[in-house]
Amino acid sequence: MANRIKIKKGLQIPLLGEAEGTLRGKVTSEYVRICPEDFHGVTPKLTVKVDDTVKAGTSLFYDKNYPEISFASPVSGIVTAIERGEKRRILYVEVKADSAVQYEDFGKKTVASLSGEEVKKSILDAGIWFLIKQRPYDVVAVPGKEPRDIFVTGFDTAPLAPSFDFILNGREADLQTGFDALAKLTPGKVYLSVSPKTTNKALREAGNVVITEFGGPHPAGNVGVQINHIKPINRGETVWTLSAPDVALIGRLFNEGIVDLTRTVALTGSEVKQTGYYQMSVGTQLNSIFKDNVTEGISLRYISGNPLTGTKIDADGVLRAYDAQLTVIPEGDDVHEAFGWASLSPKRYSAGCTYPTYNKKKYRLDARLLGGPRAIIVSNEYDKVFPMDIYPEQLIKSIIAFNIDKMEQLGIYEVAPEDFALCEFVDTSKLELQRIVRVGLDLLRKEME
Amino acid sequence: MKALRKYLDKIKPNFEEGGKLHWLYSTYDAFETFLFVPNTTSKSGVHIHDARDSKRTMIIVILALIPALLVGMYNVGLQHYMAIGQEVTFLTRFFYGFLAVLPQIVVSYVVGLGIEFAMAQMKKEEVAEGFLVTGILIPMIVPVDTPLWMIAVATAFAVIFAKEVFGGTGYNIFNVALITRAFLFFSYPSKMSGDQVWVRTADTFGMGKGAVIDGYSGATPLGQIATTEAGNFSDFAFNGITGQPLSLSDMFFGFIPGSIGEVSTLAILLGAVILIASGVGSWKTMLSVFIGGLVAVLLVNSFAQNAIMEMPVYYHFLLGGFAFGAIFMATDPVTSARTERGKWIYGFLIGLLAITIRVFNPGYPEGMMLAILFMNAFAPLIDFYVIDANIKRRMKRATVTK
Repeated sequence: MANRIKIKKGLQIPLLGEAEGTLRGKVTSEYVRICPEDFHGVTPKLTVKVDDTVKAGTSLFYDKNYPEISFASPVSGIVTAIERGEKRRILYVEVKADSAVQYEDFGKKTVASLSGEEVKKSILDAGIWFLIKQRPYDVVAVPGKEPRDIFVTGFDTAPLAPSFDFILNGREADLQTGFDALAKLTPGKVYLSVSPKTTNKALREAGNVVITEFGGPHPAGNVGVQINHIKPINRGETVWTLSAPDVALIGRLFNEGIVDLTRTVALTGSEVKQTGYYQMSVGTQLNSIFKDNVTEGISLRYISGNPLTGTKIDADGVLRAYDAQLTVIPEGDDVHEAFGWASLSPKRYSAGCTYPTYNKKKYRLDARLLGGPRAIIVSNEYDKVFPMDIYPEQLIKSIIAFNIDKMEQLGIYEVAPEDFALCEFVDTSKLELQRIVRVGLDLLRKEME
Repeated sequence: MKALRKYLDKIKPNFEEGGKLHWLYSTYDAFETFLFVPNTTSKSGVHIHDARDSKRTMIIVILALIPALLVGMYNVGLQHYMAIGQEVTFLTRFFYGFLAVLPQIVVSYVVGLGIEFAMAQMKKEEVAEGFLVTGILIPMIVPVDTPLWMIAVATAFAVIFAKEVFGGTGYNIFNVALITRAFLFFSYPSKMSGDQVWVRTADTFGMGKGAVIDGYSGATPLGQIATTEAGNFSDFAFNGITGQPLSLSDMFFGFIPGSIGEVSTLAILLGAVILIASGVGSWKTMLSVFIGGLVAVLLVNSFAQNAIMEMPVYYHFLLGGFAFGAIFMATDPVTSARTERGKWIYGFLIGLLAITIRVFNPGYPEGMMLAILFMNAFAPLIDFYVIDANIKRRMKRATVTK
């Protein structure tokens, strides 16, 4: 019997547009783009040039600071463009995909017979090490550092989040192999969290892991919350974190000997006509699934990821590296709502009680801030949606002041920007909390390493 | 609404960078966002936002203050016509009070918001909404006969020196409305206490002319008991301004001399319901102020030496600014303790101190203002210790695992 932990604080934002549980097929695009900015903490150095031929699994670039971390191309084809932005920062590497994917052969391996070092080398060589993230700092894991434990979240509670049960359907063997591989990477334990609603047997009955069941509203599915409840991170410790679909991707490497970054992705959001699940590789251009399938006549916001932590993309943007969800919501910049402060409109949603609720189940929210930025005024607002043994407001203030001692004392090592997403949503003062935490973590990392 | 939107869009370029009226941008922005929800969309982080913003929060507080304000206005008229011995209708009383209070509200808003707008302009920021609440609180906590120029001077002092020098709304250490009152109290004591200031005896814009009747005394109930010769509470009786006895229901409904906001406990409780139901005010702070008051009164009662020490707890809660302070002043989130555990301690000590000052201070019958200001100063210290417990736990964990 798994341990049970009930999360009380949090918020399930009732949004329209949950993905229907149907697989609608595979999506491919002529060009595939990999954006290095997805991989936080990495300084990319290119290994390919324009016109080079690559296979799925060939390294496109590597990390300047940790050259052993390379980043695999998800498809085979020809490198057609390397787009750079300000200060020559690489925006994306574009590969013109072959119609039939050719895979780099890494050889099938039995995890049980490999040592920890061999497992690590296999994942690094295949260029999918980025699937493993580390805390503190919420960056791609540093291979040289031994993690105290590895935490895997087996469900996602974010608004409109995809069902991992659905995604992992048929991936059970890969998932278990992934867990076996992870277990070799740490002297500690691999912790897997499931939700009370989890039905997938491979999650429920996973071997080689310690299973904990987390009930309650978002952010119960955030790995940071789970770590805080199971075994908090202390100063000087490192843990690695993954989501269950990413574990299956690692498992696939060992079971099939190839890098196949095909994800099952949920298409969600109030502006999507037909929601559902699609299979596509990381970096796939999305115009084909948005075309004729979204509301017309208003300006829209396309998000790779969920509405709380996702990345804003264009209508012809690509699936970002870590995302298993695409969301389309109204942008809202064409809306002029009169006297919003006095509004009794049933269209407005608030987590607090300053608006009347009309027994309405789901809301169609747009991307407006719905207010101007202010100093932090209301107290106990963040705490209500922050189920960790941390004082979020005080931590945010210490980050703004960049007081390293205070940040350490208040638990900066335990958090990632995503943990503050709900705080940012409910914030009356409309502050960019995730950005503040991100900048704080980056500065701290620079300072400490 | 559409025409207005078009007009705003038309004049907007004048206020933007390079426009002739750019120096008035904050003012333009304040009016535009007052009329229309800004259509700026999120640039980083979450893509959706809660509909609650600073404006909504402040509006709820103002809404909660309205009952106390209306009853207070009526009571100004009631006391006035009682003082000059005239029987008039309900509406006449209310209208008299309305006319008496309105200039104070206007002065406090014009002065305070004027400074806020100018400051926002100088700092190139948006105008914060904090003063919307402060501006209505100020007339509610000063005697009705406070001259307008005093309100103007005190408001200006408080907004500049208690708020703007610290960085504006959200950064102030002391409650701005209370600083206004404290400034008045220490600068012009003769206009702020005693038995001449709580009832408006003069006419307002020519309305309600008349001479004060014989036997009139404008002392507040708390003033009466603080100066009584009676040795114990049973020998003492509260009197109204014409010498009539005051019942508990007079005190509850608010038909006693006092500041506009504080008189009606019923209206204050109504405000408390609004604040708690909307989640804007902290019930923890409110409750703990009353608990602190209760504990203090029970202690004082058991060592009673004179009438005020013997006064039962419900009189303490009904009279003076205790309830008003607990509901509307102690709960100011910026100046109160910000941690939940801290709020219990903060509120409790306010209640305790307020009663202590009331009972043991010979010169001044009310203690709420000083108690809250004092605890404002200590709120960060309370938070420090609450948070320190969390820090110690984390540090201990770290050393154990090493």
